[in-house]
Amino acid sequence: MSLVSVERVGFGYTAGRRILEDVSLDIAPGDTVGLVGESGSGKTTLLRLLLGLVRPDSGTIRFDGAPLDPRDRAFMRGFRRQAQVVFQDPYSSLDPRQKVFSIVAEPLRSLRVPGDHAAMVGDALEAVGLERHAAGRYPHQFSGGQRQRIAIARAIVAGPRLLLADEAVSALDLTTRVRIVELFARLSRRMSLLFVSHDIGVVAALCRRIVILERGRIVEAGDTAAVLAAPQHPYTRKLLASVPRLSPEAPSSTEPPQ
Amino acid sequence: MSALLDIAGLRIRAGDSTLVSGLSLSLRRGERLGLIGESGSGKSLTALAATGLLPAGLAAEGSVVLAGRQVIGTPDRRLDRLRGTAVAMIFQEPLTALDPLMRVGRQVAEPLARRARRDGRPLSGAALQAAVLGLLEDVALPDPPRLARAYPHELSGGQRQRIAIAMALACKPDLLIADEPTTALDVTTQAEILALLDRLVRERDMALLFISHDLPVVANTVERVVVLRHGEAVEAGPVGETFARPRHDYTKSLLAAARRFDEALEGRP
Amino acid sequence: MSTVAVTTPPRRARRGSLTLWAGAALVGLHVLVGLLTLVWLPYDPTAFTGGRLEGPSLLHWAGTDRLGRDLFTQLMIGSRIALEVGTGAVAIGAAIGVTLGILAAFAGSWLDDALAATLDILIAFPTLLIAMLVVAASDTASLGSAIVALGIALSAIVARLTRILARRVLVTDYITAARTSGSSWPKIVLIHVLPNIWPTLSVNFALQFGLAVIAEASLSYLGLGAPPPNASWGRMLQEAQGTVYTAPLGAIAPGLALVSLAIGVNLLADGLRDRIDPTRSGR
Repeated sequence: MSLVSVERVGFGYTAGRRILEDVSLDIAPGDTVGLVGESGSGKTTLLRLLLGLVRPDSGTIRFDGAPLDPRDRAFMRGFRRQAQVVFQDPYSSLDPRQKVFSIVAEPLRSLRVPGDHAAMVGDALEAVGLERHAAGRYPHQFSGGQRQRIAIARAIVAGPRLLLADEAVSALDLTTRVRIVELFARLSRRMSLLFVSHDIGVVAALCRRIVILERGRIVEAGDTAAVLAAPQHPYTRKLLASVPRLSPEAPSSTEPPQ
Repeated sequence: MSALLDIAGLRIRAGDSTLVSGLSLSLRRGERLGLIGESGSGKSLTALAATGLLPAGLAAEGSVVLAGRQVIGTPDRRLDRLRGTAVAMIFQEPLTALDPLMRVGRQVAEPLARRARRDGRPLSGAALQAAVLGLLEDVALPDPPRLARAYPHELSGGQRQRIAIAMALACKPDLLIADEPTTALDVTTQAEILALLDRLVRERDMALLFISHDLPVVANTVERVVVLRHGEAVEAGPVGETFARPRHDYTKSLLAAARRFDEALEGRP
Repeated sequence: MSTVAVTTPPRRARRGSLTLWAGAALVGLHVLVGLLTLVWLPYDPTAFTGGRLEGPSLLHWAGTDRLGRDLFTQLMIGSRIALEVGTGAVAIGAAIGVTLGILAAFAGSWLDDALAATLDILIAFPTLLIAMLVVAASDTASLGSAIVALGIALSAIVARLTRILARRVLVTDYITAARTSGSSWPKIVLIHVLPNIWPTLSVNFALQFGLAVIAEASLSYLGLGAPPPNASWGRMLQEAQGTVYTAPLGAIAPGLALVSLAIGVNLLADGLRDRIDPTRSGR
């Protein structure tokens, strides 16, 4: 059974069309799914729907078979333990006035997770490659990549089954980006991952399945390797052709310099 | 043919800390140079120093010769003349580079009129408007008469960046400095803007200083690169050669990182 | 990603520190005097202990007023009154204003617009005028009514400021992260919103403190403030009006006291503002 099941979901209106129209996708336990879309594709909205921050206008979202209803407090508390999110901007996703310990421990407190919180926070920090005593410092004492690790620690501390990432590496330097992608790869061995990104290269390196979103609709979905090797939809082809390649001999839409 | 931009031993300091040190590069008309680095590498500061636009609190030493004139130590009003004519800049975030309260047509008209005045052939009225529309067509904007009356927030990111490019071209610069011009854009829009820049730089035989952290973009846009790390140039050379056979460890690590994602796209994980 | 690193030159930080300490010293002086009045006074403020309109002497450091009461005692009490008013008014203004501001920040569009418009109208009225209206509405002129009146008058700006600051915080990712961590809205306001808007608000409170002190002096001057024996500097000014040419110290002394506290508070606020900027999370 799917961990997450999005069934024909529709939402909102903008510029004469719906933000999301007839969107369906499944995330199986252990899956790594990459959601690719440009601005205006509706990917951020879909993420917010999956997090239960807004309700769809039409269609259903199910988690573990049960419908996701943001109004059901008891259900949401259980859901929030199971599904967590990492945001794009490491500079605005951590409360600057709180110590790292409070930041990472917040889900444990608010969701009333039993156990030794101090130990769990320490474990989470180690799992993301930080030292345990980072818990005593403030966010501004860390670099962008380290802050993102703190955000990831907060997301995994309650032991979720689903990790959602919203452009989680887009704001990072290249070398840091590789390390954080590796971290996500390691984490994806013990939880499902939905990785939203406009960067197909990152998705290709990390996700076994890929979903392409264009103007609120899913235009192509499938195994990443298959879609990249033989893209069916014109938009997918246009996306792939637009990505500049490192070796100018590879086909790209920009002319190599003479 | 002498260099349009000749930087020698550039050093930029803020108080006690050195942000850029010992940087040298030169650029001639028709040449394209890429400045690669991660955040904190000093690449944007170098671009600002080249035009004498370093923010207060930062001091530049060494030599920066732009269109034959020394920039370091020269008062602003003499540099002003250089900025509107010899060099123009485009920035990363077009939303903040444009005046939100002014129609974009007028924003393009200003540098056009200023440049025409300096050339001794002032433009105004219908002639100016025609020149504006012509420039908007040059940057491949659809329906120029309608778009010229739009405000920045009514345009898409790609359209705003085209306006920024139009404003830069209005100065008829010899040197175009582009600081991460496509980083904030969608990948399909990025491809279009890069193609546009490529065509315009070629057509007008301009020099291009392209600053970016995105290696594949740089690989497809310039002929030579300088790799910056913590304000120092660690490697320089032709882009194909440098990317295929990097010498410095830092360059190697950058390329290894970029290659990871590049190869994943090729289906070689 | 291409951020330009600009560092604050050390010169500015040192000047900011000087402002802070100068302000703290001035305010601290008044605080000490005010505290002292709780346990000791040179004279009974209502007793006629000397001749009328005497100049400064060893017995009466600031001389006496037109009824023969010691001026220095009255000045000291004035410090305490001014501090009580400042603290009380700012506290009331904060309690009302922050609450309203937080509610407005959460309000939906039309309700928020209505609240903002109401606040704007209130802010358009001079603080003093509103305070006078409240005092007039409350039958008796007393220190308490003056404090409440000023508090109400100050709350509108606090509400407006809180609303804007809270809204800015509410759209950040860390608030969304708090929601997805399961935190309830009241908890989010308490541990995320309030601490993050506090630095800017505190500078505003410091400035309003000075405003409240001067406003109270104005109220007392107009006879609407606390009646004796709660001698406020404003009332001293009013009483010294008639004799300002023959015994100028009677007016200059309370004037100087008022100015010194107001300047001290403003310097403190400036120093605080310079302090809070550098420690905010930098890129």
